[in-house]
Amino acid sequence: MRNNINGDNINVIMATDCGSTTTKSILIQKIDGEYRLTHRGEAPTTVEAPFEDVTRGVLNAIMELEELSGRTILKGEDIKSPATGDDGVDIYISTSSAGGGLQMMVGGVVKSMTGESAQRAALGAGAIVMDVLASNDGRLYHEKVKRIRQLRPDMILLSGGIDGGTVSHVVELAEVLEAANPRPRLGINYKLPVIYAGNNKAQDAIQERLGEITDLTVVDNIRPTLEEENLQPSRDRIHDLFMEHVMAQAPGYKKLMEWTDAPIMPTPGAVGEIIQKIAKQDDISVVGVDIGGATTDVFSVFEGQFNRTVSANLGMSYSICNVLAEAGIPNVARWVPYEMNEKGLTNRIANKMIRPTTIPQSLEALKIEQAIAREAMRLSFEQHKEFAVNLKGIQQKRTISDAFEQSSSGRTLVNLMELDLLVGSGGVLSHAPRREQATRMLVDAFLPEGITRLAVDSIFMMPQLGVLSTVHEKAAVEVFEKDCLIQLGSCVAPVGKFKEGQVMLTYEINLLNECITGEIVAGEMKLIQAEYVGCSATFKPGNGLDLGKGKNEPIQTKIYGGLVGILLDGRGRQPFTIPSNMSTRVRKLWEWSDATNEYPAEEK
Amino acid sequence: MAQSYTPGLKVLANTSSQKIRQLPLKGEVLVEVGDKVNADTVVASTHIPGNVQMLNVARQLNVEAEAVPDCMLVKIDENIEKGQIIAESKGLFGYFKNQLKSPIDGTLANVSNITGQALLSEPPIAIEVDAFSAGTIKEILPDEGVIVNSNGALVQGILGIGGESHGEIAVLVKSRDEIISKALINESHAGKIVIAGAYLPLDVFTHAQALGVNGIVVGGFDYDALSSILGFNLGVAVTGSEDLGISLMLTEGFGEIEMAEGTFNLFKQFDGKFASINGSTQIRAGVIRPEVMIPHTEDIESTELKESDMIICEGSPVRVIRAPYFGKVGEVVSLPAPLVKMESETMVRVAEVEFETGDVVTIPRANLEMILH
Repeated sequence: MRNNINGDNINVIMATDCGSTTTKSILIQKIDGEYRLTHRGEAPTTVEAPFEDVTRGVLNAIMELEELSGRTILKGEDIKSPATGDDGVDIYISTSSAGGGLQMMVGGVVKSMTGESAQRAALGAGAIVMDVLASNDGRLYHEKVKRIRQLRPDMILLSGGIDGGTVSHVVELAEVLEAANPRPRLGINYKLPVIYAGNNKAQDAIQERLGEITDLTVVDNIRPTLEEENLQPSRDRIHDLFMEHVMAQAPGYKKLMEWTDAPIMPTPGAVGEIIQKIAKQDDISVVGVDIGGATTDVFSVFEGQFNRTVSANLGMSYSICNVLAEAGIPNVARWVPYEMNEKGLTNRIANKMIRPTTIPQSLEALKIEQAIAREAMRLSFEQHKEFAVNLKGIQQKRTISDAFEQSSSGRTLVNLMELDLLVGSGGVLSHAPRREQATRMLVDAFLPEGITRLAVDSIFMMPQLGVLSTVHEKAAVEVFEKDCLIQLGSCVAPVGKFKEGQVMLTYEINLLNECITGEIVAGEMKLIQAEYVGCSATFKPGNGLDLGKGKNEPIQTKIYGGLVGILLDGRGRQPFTIPSNMSTRVRKLWEWSDATNEYPAEEK
Repeated sequence: MAQSYTPGLKVLANTSSQKIRQLPLKGEVLVEVGDKVNADTVVASTHIPGNVQMLNVARQLNVEAEAVPDCMLVKIDENIEKGQIIAESKGLFGYFKNQLKSPIDGTLANVSNITGQALLSEPPIAIEVDAFSAGTIKEILPDEGVIVNSNGALVQGILGIGGESHGEIAVLVKSRDEIISKALINESHAGKIVIAGAYLPLDVFTHAQALGVNGIVVGGFDYDALSSILGFNLGVAVTGSEDLGISLMLTEGFGEIEMAEGTFNLFKQFDGKFASINGSTQIRAGVIRPEVMIPHTEDIESTELKESDMIICEGSPVRVIRAPYFGKVGEVVSLPAPLVKMESETMVRVAEVEFETGDVVTIPRANLEMILH
């Protein structure tokens, strides 16, 4: 790692994101005093044989940048730095989720209390939580031991007990770890990193049991009192250990770490940084999704509280068959506007799993991939809603009764009617050939209610900007606002029970040059072309329906269009239904596609 | 000349393969550098800890947790037998003692004065690692295993199931596009590795399994048939631990897809030879592809692949790995630099590929696989 970052003299920045399938590179240059994205490149990630070296994919992605920009960045396999004329770059940074990302196990005494806190700490640091070990998880001792040996996590976070409380339960968990004597996933010769963030009174006993056989570090208790959650020390330590141990063991990462000017960040951690910045800057509630090849991450900020979940096996390539298995074939097929033979559909999807870097060449293949993306995001969002319950957050104060309430079930913080902005990122959204497709995928998967703004990461660069914001905030913010976030428009969707043929919504929208009025009936979608400027509008929900102000209450508001426009969705929410009859369903899908300019015309 | 990196599966008639044969835990290496080994030669062995059981001594003896170590009648790591009295309370004036018997044969692994529990471990389980393929020991990994060097033919598949096995190669179809039938497999194929053509129906797989066939290599198989064999839908391509008694390797993918010509011809060339098959697959970081290794009995100079062999450029032999030309083989005629719009409207880097029929088509570079032979 070179340490020559000087804010004033930075003119050329290069960033890469090593995903599980593709390595993306971007080039940012200072033009007329402003940082702008100028070029992007990509190449298949090369953690697989025959290369087994992530830097090959990085070099290929940089070579694409060179080809497209005419700039000479590499000298052999070295990155030229600093930039001079048409040569070199001033900063090089990278994020990574290749190699399966950071895979952790966490432990806590009570599954729904310290277990959940530990899980939140790990997820917030960008990890995939493989399992939560708890004294009350219902598994027998030997089953826990077997599970740890089998999973071979990259790291374990052990918590349990409040400071000064009973030590026996958390020590018992440490004894389970001791008996399992776990081996790390990568690298046979190093000790497994274990972070202890539990009862401070048990620190000596934990040291005694795990000090020799693991690489143990002790940090402040994640739950020092029943009413307090203190996640940051554990998260910081997870980041450090990710760099020191996990990345250093992955194929080629030692070399990559030497090339970068800032520590390599796990991709989800970097995206989380950006989502939180958007919510804070505009004081709004945000849901973000990053759909990748192996995992789908969902981020949300509601009531000022940030939550992140990762659905470890819901992705578009490596785990595409798991989406099929979890969602079921009928749920995927309901988005495909063709009559498809089930065997043909499953074989096609399975072929993507075994050749994960391929891309859809035909329109039919694209539609199938986008159908799966809808289901992957829908399932991930379901998981997120269950996890993002109140009482979470850093240093949040609660009463004792609140704390016990949590152990039963918390209230979800996710309220779609309150949602201001839905942001999508990830290859299938960012690289969708038409922005209308990204809009439809987001709306169909998340089913936003009332009035919601929609945006997409233009070329899938939120991860790179997330890490850039930690070393050069000005450049990150400028590029994010001007080149990264594409404002797609808004979705208007009334909520409540309705009858067939019923008017769902009447509207009056004052665009720059004209006033558009009309109505939407049940099962209809309409797209109104409108730019990204605030237009005054009046929406009146149909009988018994709600747009956010209560049943039958009209709304006068300012609505934003965007690259796609204002999408009026009369398909209903709570319930949202798609016709079960095949021919009606296919007909409706074509109708919705045509109304939203989703796909090029083809024979039906 | 324009070039592009792309993944590829090895189909090599004469190569040198180095296999790391490693124990899951540290243990004993049983061979030395230079030793000649057969496929079934055990090269390293160890014992993994047996299953553990927890015994709540404090509760059963009705004593405080901190008193438990003093109540134990056996030492840590000492062998114990089922029914043996392993702990005893001090009682009152030497009377009214409570006793605790071991529920298992094994050893006393740990005693905790905080939780008051004793950890009993069942006898260790022996783990042995064999050489997988005949060859020479190239390197010793102290306490962990060895690297075996094997010279022979190597065929990598795209996905497999089942672990490692051995047997004679038996090519049972006449051509690479033939669909194998039950009638072609009989008792004489027990213990062999059967080579099928374009497709393996599920009933033929179960027939072969019942007859004791050790392995099957085929172009394509159905995903739902795979689910039925495994008993679940394979969500992520991580396989190898299935206990099926047979290994299956797909060379092309799911569906009915004729086996690549080079692959089929290579199996025909080595029909009747002894081979090793490994169905284990992990399509993730540190990818593991299934493979068949056919060792050469005599030492032959092998040609190694260089990194440059794995770069697609004009003239490279490639296979298309996605619809609409899935499975077709051709030669790259050009690699244009500008992005090109596909039917799906996706803008991609492409290659112009000429098929054997003389047709030249435009295909995304990401949908091509190098043919490495």
